[in-house]
Amino acid sequence: MGFGGFLLRRLALTVPTLFGVTVVGFLLAYMLPGNPALVKAGPFATPDFVAEVERQMGLDQPLPVQYLRYLGALLQGDLGLSSSTGRPVLADFAQRLPATLELTLAALLIAIGIGVPLGVLSAIHRDTLLDHAGRVLSVAGVAMPSFWTGLLLIYVFFYLLDLAPAPLGRLAPGLQPPAAVTGLYVVDSALAGDWPALRSALQHLALPAATLGIAVMAPVARMVRATMLETLQSDFVKAAWGAGLPPRRVIYGDALRNALIPVVTILGVVFGFLMAGNAVVESVFAWPGIGNYAVTSLMTKDAGPIQSFVLFVALMYVVVNLAVDLLYGLIDPRIRLG
Amino acid sequence: MTAPLLEIEDLAVRFDTEDGPVEAVDGLGLRLAPGEILGLVGESGSGKSVTAYAVLGLVRPPGRVLRGSIRFEGRDLLALPEAELRRVRGAGIGMVWQSPRTALNPVLTVGHQIARLLRHHRGLPPRAARERAVEMLRLVGIPEPERRARQYAHQLSGGMCQRVMIAMALATQPRLLLADEPTTGLDVLVAARIMELLKDLGRRTGAAILLITHDLGTVAESCDRVAVMHAGQLVETAPVRTLFRDPVHPYTRALVAAIPRVDREVALEPIPGAVPSLLHAPPGCRYAARCALATGRCRQERPALLPIAPDHQVACFAAEPVA
Repeated sequence: MGFGGFLLRRLALTVPTLFGVTVVGFLLAYMLPGNPALVKAGPFATPDFVAEVERQMGLDQPLPVQYLRYLGALLQGDLGLSSSTGRPVLADFAQRLPATLELTLAALLIAIGIGVPLGVLSAIHRDTLLDHAGRVLSVAGVAMPSFWTGLLLIYVFFYLLDLAPAPLGRLAPGLQPPAAVTGLYVVDSALAGDWPALRSALQHLALPAATLGIAVMAPVARMVRATMLETLQSDFVKAAWGAGLPPRRVIYGDALRNALIPVVTILGVVFGFLMAGNAVVESVFAWPGIGNYAVTSLMTKDAGPIQSFVLFVALMYVVVNLAVDLLYGLIDPRIRLG
Repeated sequence: MTAPLLEIEDLAVRFDTEDGPVEAVDGLGLRLAPGEILGLVGESGSGKSVTAYAVLGLVRPPGRVLRGSIRFEGRDLLALPEAELRRVRGAGIGMVWQSPRTALNPVLTVGHQIARLLRHHRGLPPRAARERAVEMLRLVGIPEPERRARQYAHQLSGGMCQRVMIAMALATQPRLLLADEPTTGLDVLVAARIMELLKDLGRRTGAAILLITHDLGTVAESCDRVAVMHAGQLVETAPVRTLFRDPVHPYTRALVAAIPRVDREVALEPIPGAVPSLLHAPPGCRYAARCALATGRCRQERPALLPIAPDHQVACFAAEPVA
């Protein structure tokens, strides 16, 4: 009831947000030290040639004009050209996005798969050794920066134990990527029945996904623990015990279902963190995703990809939070959409 | 006299707080015959609800049952293993909780919450359980039970939530119903109807009811017998008529005097002081500090609960026949 209206209203609300993001992204690229025209023209260009390139790129125009041109192009789906790859940014993005998505989803899966049970167990066995161990693990996960966790994992699992492949990309050299269906190598190779590729894809995915996953597992586990403790104290859980329902059903059916409602909210935040954390982890593992692309572009002062990355991350935030809101309506009957 | 359905003897429940141990229930004894309605009365903090929790085996740390026995249908619940106890909870003893809205799970439909008890305790198949749940809702006087069964607690009024709680507590046909302040937060008319319903259903299903309340008016209308608690101890127990006509313990007398009456124009007597802190409970009678009749002996020695008439027991030195 009124669901379409709710969706429309929510979508309309995202317009000003995204508009603001284009302004920020644009200014960010503008304020980068260095002259993109100089980079494009090359180190040996004459000042006259550089001025010519500036004119071509529209950099001699006043700032608002530059912005409006950028916005106009954006509305036509033109994200500009990357001066380092020489290709449209959109094409570069499309090519790299699946790698990032695969990494992000795997990390999210690890974070939820470990974080939720850890939080539940910590809450049930409050103040026991298990709870304390979970806390230490969580604090360590948050305290260690991703690049450090990544390097540590590479050192242990690749260098010392030789369990993981070299941290270079998504597949072992010499293997053909599977036929693209979803763009996720793990899924595609499984669909194609290409077992060597699947094996290699999983091996390559394991360390970067663990690196990202460990970082976001902590907030998930802490949040689940906190909300779980609260719901375990609630009247309806007490009533469920009092009605003689078995512990498993009380803990997972009554308590966890209610405890997970607030947790869904932080999944939106976690997802944003993952998108941002990607840039670092992708660089460490030479993962050919959009984060890596953005970092490389930053080094070469390539404005187009940077603006697009900012815009894209913001777009993902908006989409994920919309999804979270919709999900809320499904799992919490008290929230009526519309 | 028939064998009691519920027999509590010398029950003591202690809470280990940061400031020291608190005996929330101290040496309580109660008997409840099948089909009987017993009112457990006292001010807030007198240990009424804790008693109910103890019967259900739900006293959790920092609380623990120190000593005593709670025999239900001849079995000591305190000695039962947890798995056995779970079969008694819900199936043998139903509980109507104090705040019906928060005692219902917000993300499950009320029909489902009743049905799952029937499935678990009575082994009903899903469909039959659902139908029986709707029937229970009809029984407790909820209009359009089919539609209501599919709704959630937040979609129901307070009175309706309480009816759902009662339906849930009675669905498995327990022999004993614990009702903890079942009418708190409901307006007078709704409260009266809920009490009427409880009494009626109790009579029809043959379930005994332990009615926990601070409202003597409710007790007068609904109960067969009354037990008065003060600061974790039982001070007087008597049939309801006797207690109202002839209260003996000074605390009971004060409680009865505090009932507003329209037929007599008497100034209401407030009871001086509050329920004493049980942190450093004095050795003597716990009412001594508030009692006009207290003597030195009351502050030193604890009066035992002694019969002064058949079925009428009082714990007060002043009530004891002079030896």
